[in-house]
Amino acid sequence: MVDLSVRIGSVTLANPVMPGSGTLAEGLADVFDLGRLGAIVTKTITPDLRRGTLPPRLVEYRDATLFAIGIPSLGPDYYLKKTVPFFARFPTPLVASVSADTVEDFARIAARLDVPEIAAIEANISCPNLRAHGRAFGMDPVATRDVITAMKAATTRPVWAKLTPNVGDIAGFARITEEAGADAVIVANAFLGMAIDPETREPRLGNVMGGLTGPALKPLILRMVHQCAEVVSIPVIGCGGISDWSDVVEYMLAGATATQIGTATFVTPTAMPRAIEGLEAYCRRHGITRIAELIGAMRPRGGVPTAAIDPVPAKVSA
Amino acid sequence: MPSALRLADPRVPIPDVHPPYVPAASAGFPVAENLCRVLVNAAVNDDYRLMVAAAPAAALAARPGQFFHLACPPSGEDRPFLRRPMSIHAVDPAAGTITFLYKVQGAGTRGLATLAPGDRLDAFGPLGHGFAAPEGRRHLLMLARGVGLATLAPQAEAVAAAGGRVTAVLSARARDLVMAEDRLAACGCDTLVVTDTDGTSAVEALRARIAAIHAERPFDAIVTCGSDRLMRLARDFARAWGVPGEVALEQHMACAVGLCHACVRPFVDAAGETSYRRVCWDGPVFPIEEATSWSI
Ligand SMILES: Cc1cc2nc3c(=O)[nH]c(=O)nc-3n(C[C@H](O)[C@H](O)[C@H](O)COP(=O)(O)OP(=O)(O)OC[C@H]3O[C@@H](n4cnc5c(N)ncnc54)[C@H](O)[C@@H]3O)c2cc1C
Ligand SMILES: Cc1cc2nc3c(=O)[nH]c(=O)nc-3n(C[C@H](O)[C@H](O)[C@H](O)COP(=O)(O)O)c2cc1C
Repeated sequence: MVDLSVRIGSVTLANPVMPGSGTLAEGLADVFDLGRLGAIVTKTITPDLRRGTLPPRLVEYRDATLFAIGIPSLGPDYYLKKTVPFFARFPTPLVASVSADTVEDFARIAARLDVPEIAAIEANISCPNLRAHGRAFGMDPVATRDVITAMKAATTRPVWAKLTPNVGDIAGFARITEEAGADAVIVANAFLGMAIDPETREPRLGNVMGGLTGPALKPLILRMVHQCAEVVSIPVIGCGGISDWSDVVEYMLAGATATQIGTATFVTPTAMPRAIEGLEAYCRRHGITRIAELIGAMRPRGGVPTAAIDPVPAKVSA
Repeated sequence: MPSALRLADPRVPIPDVHPPYVPAASAGFPVAENLCRVLVNAAVNDDYRLMVAAAPAAALAARPGQFFHLACPPSGEDRPFLRRPMSIHAVDPAAGTITFLYKVQGAGTRGLATLAPGDRLDAFGPLGHGFAAPEGRRHLLMLARGVGLATLAPQAEAVAAAGGRVTAVLSARARDLVMAEDRLAACGCDTLVVTDTDGTSAVEALRARIAAIHAERPFDAIVTCGSDRLMRLARDFARAWGVPGEVALEQHMACAVGLCHACVRPFVDAAGETSYRRVCWDGPVFPIEEATSWSI
């Protein structure tokens, strides 16, 4: 028996695999048993009703996608009346994701969602604020601190801060959220990007800018997870470019306690249950009885501590 | 190559037996990554190819107007990352096969075109809301152009099989691009072929011809796919005759199960409010009155 469970503060997950917000909805329940997931994370909602951005909303690359969806939101009333009961039937912690235009509204929606069916609330401070040139709360240290502080004061639910990778020093932001009381930090949301059609000279996305997601992100976000895990003591949840169990293992070795899978589900709809099964097989193969042993368990190369490795290129070349 | 792509690539052997979490249709999970085996994948004309694949039971539940999200293999320089949506063109439960009729457009369909008999096809589905039940229709008007034919043919066949009459208008650039004419004729549909080359596909000419058929034998339902002009014509008829009309819409898609909201189309309600609806989840078949609201 392999114990796949991990703990994010007071919340115990049966395994370290959950969806990235915005990449799971009721439709996936037609495909596999969502009760197998470590947690169910729902699409970000806002206090107000939103339609989302102008189509086209999607550009495709060989190993990435560029989406500009915005946050089509039916608001907290619909969420509590319809979405929560739908997912509450699964014996899996339900994580709500929220966003808002102001610090006060972040607090207000966190208070609205203070219900027993919701195991934790993600603060989507990282979603590009599409009306402010892609600038998000999460790009501003003060706004980041204020949002988390206000949410913590407004709800008894654990608050997970989802960081944006579109900053210079992401570890600094992880520290800020920890100091503001966040119970976990998610690293990270999508990279801002854009695409232009050379034939028409028009932007390919109706919104001009969008978020880059998918396998191309993995090395970038893995590095960020490593940097964040070194400076905070709250759990880090890794998210970016995970396709399968081996990517989950990599993230855990870099310091993640759990992971979120997004775009991979669009390519392989059973990517998450496949990853869970793959993790169990990996643990068996390596004689690991508790998967939590993997958290931050990256080994120094060849037994030499990483800090002692001379970074001169000539020495690193194979 | 990213591993998710590897999993979705039908050319890489995947164990024949699905791991237990990939549920059977009977277990309450109607949508599956169906591992199919290609039987036929051949050109029907310069633009289109027909692909027949042996499919597991879950796939054979597909209804007219539904679609599958196909994993497309890499070919040449192409590495299609996302799947591509394709309407079900035929289902044969007795033979255990599903059929697609597709136009080679870009990276994804170029990849599909390389599949040879014996190759694997990963067909995720069946997906979406199809056409209204065929039973009780007395006379169906089908307005199809290009790829629309792929989508509409099974509904025409279903109405005919349920004892209804079908008039199928097949519109194409040229005579040799008309497809499925024999299949539709064989199941008892009246076919009306119109083309750009001989001018018969012009909307006004078509409007008069169809009105004449309606005067003789009234239509009680309309389905359309593949052309905005035909969609508006269908909308006009549906309003004038007071009959239900349905249109199958397309849009670039990512997840195909309503997760990502990428494949939306704008809809305008009576109050003039725009909303976006997902082609994959709310459609791809929509009531024509709602679907044309933005294009009048
Ligand atoms: C529900 C549904 C059912 C469909 N059924 C069929 C079918 O039965 N037969 C068939 O031939 N095609 C069908 N299509 C369209 C088919 O999915 C696209 O032609 C295909 O995805 C193109 O992929 P590609 O990689 O070959 O081309 P790309 O390189 O992606 O694109 C080639 C060209 O096609 C356009 N295009 C790409 N995807 C779409 C799309 N989804 N809708 C409209 N335009 C698109 C692009 O703008 C570009 O101009 C269907 C689409 C939907 C949404
Ligand atoms: C279509 C789409 C919609 C998304 N919507 C949200 C959202 O509403 N809230 C949020 O915090 N992140 C959202 N994300 C970001 C994902 O949760 C995740 O952080 C990102 O996709 C990186 O993971 P991936 O590479 O596994 O996809 C969205 C991503 C995609 C692709």
